[in-house]
Amino acid sequence: MTQTTIGGTRKKVINALMMAGLIIVFIAYMFPFIMVIINSLKQKRDIIKSPFSWLFTIKGLSFDNFVKAFTQMDFLNAFKNSLIVTVSATVLVTLLAAMLAYYIVRHKNWISSVTFSLMVASMIIPFQAIMIPLVSIYGGTLNILNHRLTLIFMHTGFSMAMSVFMFHGFLNGNIPIALEEAAYIDGCTHSQTFFRIVFPLLKPIISTMVILNALAFWNDFLLPSLVLTDKKLLTLPLSTYSFYGTYSADYGTIMAGLLLCVIPILILYMVLQKQIINGVVAGAVK
Amino acid sequence: MKSKSNGKDFCTFALPGLFCFLAVVIVPFLYGVYLTLTDWNGVSRDKNFVGLKNFVGVIKDTQFWSSLLLTFRYVIFVVIIVNVIAFAIAWLLTRGIKGQNFFRAGFFTPNLIGGIVLGYIWQFVFSRVFVSIGDSTGWGAFEASWLSDPGKAFAALVIVSVWQLSGYMILIYVAGFMGLSEDVLEAASIDGASGFIKLKNIIMPLMMSSVTICLFLTLSRAFMVYDVNLSLTAGAPYGTTEMAAMHVYEKAFTSRQFGVGQAEALVLFIITACISGLQVYLTKKKEVEA
Repeated sequence: MTQTTIGGTRKKVINALMMAGLIIVFIAYMFPFIMVIINSLKQKRDIIKSPFSWLFTIKGLSFDNFVKAFTQMDFLNAFKNSLIVTVSATVLVTLLAAMLAYYIVRHKNWISSVTFSLMVASMIIPFQAIMIPLVSIYGGTLNILNHRLTLIFMHTGFSMAMSVFMFHGFLNGNIPIALEEAAYIDGCTHSQTFFRIVFPLLKPIISTMVILNALAFWNDFLLPSLVLTDKKLLTLPLSTYSFYGTYSADYGTIMAGLLLCVIPILILYMVLQKQIINGVVAGAVK
Repeated sequence: MKSKSNGKDFCTFALPGLFCFLAVVIVPFLYGVYLTLTDWNGVSRDKNFVGLKNFVGVIKDTQFWSSLLLTFRYVIFVVIIVNVIAFAIAWLLTRGIKGQNFFRAGFFTPNLIGGIVLGYIWQFVFSRVFVSIGDSTGWGAFEASWLSDPGKAFAALVIVSVWQLSGYMILIYVAGFMGLSEDVLEAASIDGASGFIKLKNIIMPLMMSSVTICLFLTLSRAFMVYDVNLSLTAGAPYGTTEMAAMHVYEKAFTSRQFGVGQAEALVLFIITACISGLQVYLTKKKEVEA
């Protein structure tokens, strides 16, 4: 009986120590975010005096920085651009990849096998190995850069291989062909079978792929920076970049601008936390 | 399915996705290989065939090799530190601590935010916050901004990348630890295995599949670092922190040497592919089933 109590206290002490260590690491981890939040509410002179000073020790606490950043970054417009590009590209790649993967799984011919091997092999090509010819083709020969549609099309193409690979794995393991045969007997066409029977069954993998792709599209910088130069079309990362270039000395405004970029994702993360984490793990472990 | 409708099926189901993929990935990739054999400058209409001259240019481009060497150093530091930290934190998180999900979600936050924004946040921390700490405490390490000293700017890049990547790896390692069977560990304890022996002989081999994934992800991400590099240091001071991916970009779009730039991009791609392939081969060999 005494044995267990001693073991119990020891375990409690170890647990408390681990907890303390974890909390210290965690605070260090959150430190940059805390700094941004604190300083986004301060005026420039207070930041230069000490970025560390806490809010209650200074007088000039204000939301002016947010107003300034909001208008100067043209936040609403950039946000709208990011939203249009992310949503359209995500919907497009999810739909097209699911259909392509379905074709590959259900038609065992040479086109399927060549397509699939090509896609798997292409997954190791980094974007940097493609960006120069990409600009050369779409900017020089076709001259269709600076359109939202071009960016959406490229996002779709770049995430196609990975998405098809994931859908392929899921279709192979989880969708029994008997279900489709029953649909055909009942008189469904191939398209009806796919959209009414198969596509709804793909829901788990669809949510994983939507999360992974949407995050990647929303945060991407290099590809949009090559495609879009027109100020009206800039996505959030791009407008942050040009905003920072112009106002880099105005710390308060910059911090407010950075925070504005982060807030929409954080809100989404709070709502969908479980799905996002599960999606990311599922995506990596594949 | 009936082979009669095969052609129609192909057009409706496979063609749209396949077209996007071919037009954006495969065609530019092949065209890129062709570009390395020309002297195109990005503007003019005509491209002259120059054979392997661009690859000679790559060999002569000393800046490229120094940026590649720097990238190697960076990759080694980042891959080791990220995986050690993530492994340790994931282990702590699976000890039945309260609020495990909260911590896990918190550590993952940097991954949700683009590299550009992260780089700017840290630029402020390094050039303002740390300097102010140095001023008030007199610590020599923080007296001047880290970003103005080549060695410290490199360290700053490593720190930010570790901070950014480890949350993701924590998720994967946590998933790995949760999959470990308690029976095996208990059996080892009964047989008298100490903590370290258990880690070395039982936990590590069983965690190898997570290690394979994490090493692969960190390797490929670290080799291609660009966003954070651009927003944190932009190669400053004096181009001493310019990584290979950034050098390729500069070569092509700033110096307008598209042929050489593309050749360097291909060299970088081949090196990365070989190293990651070797890593996957080596760590996969060590994977065992419980």
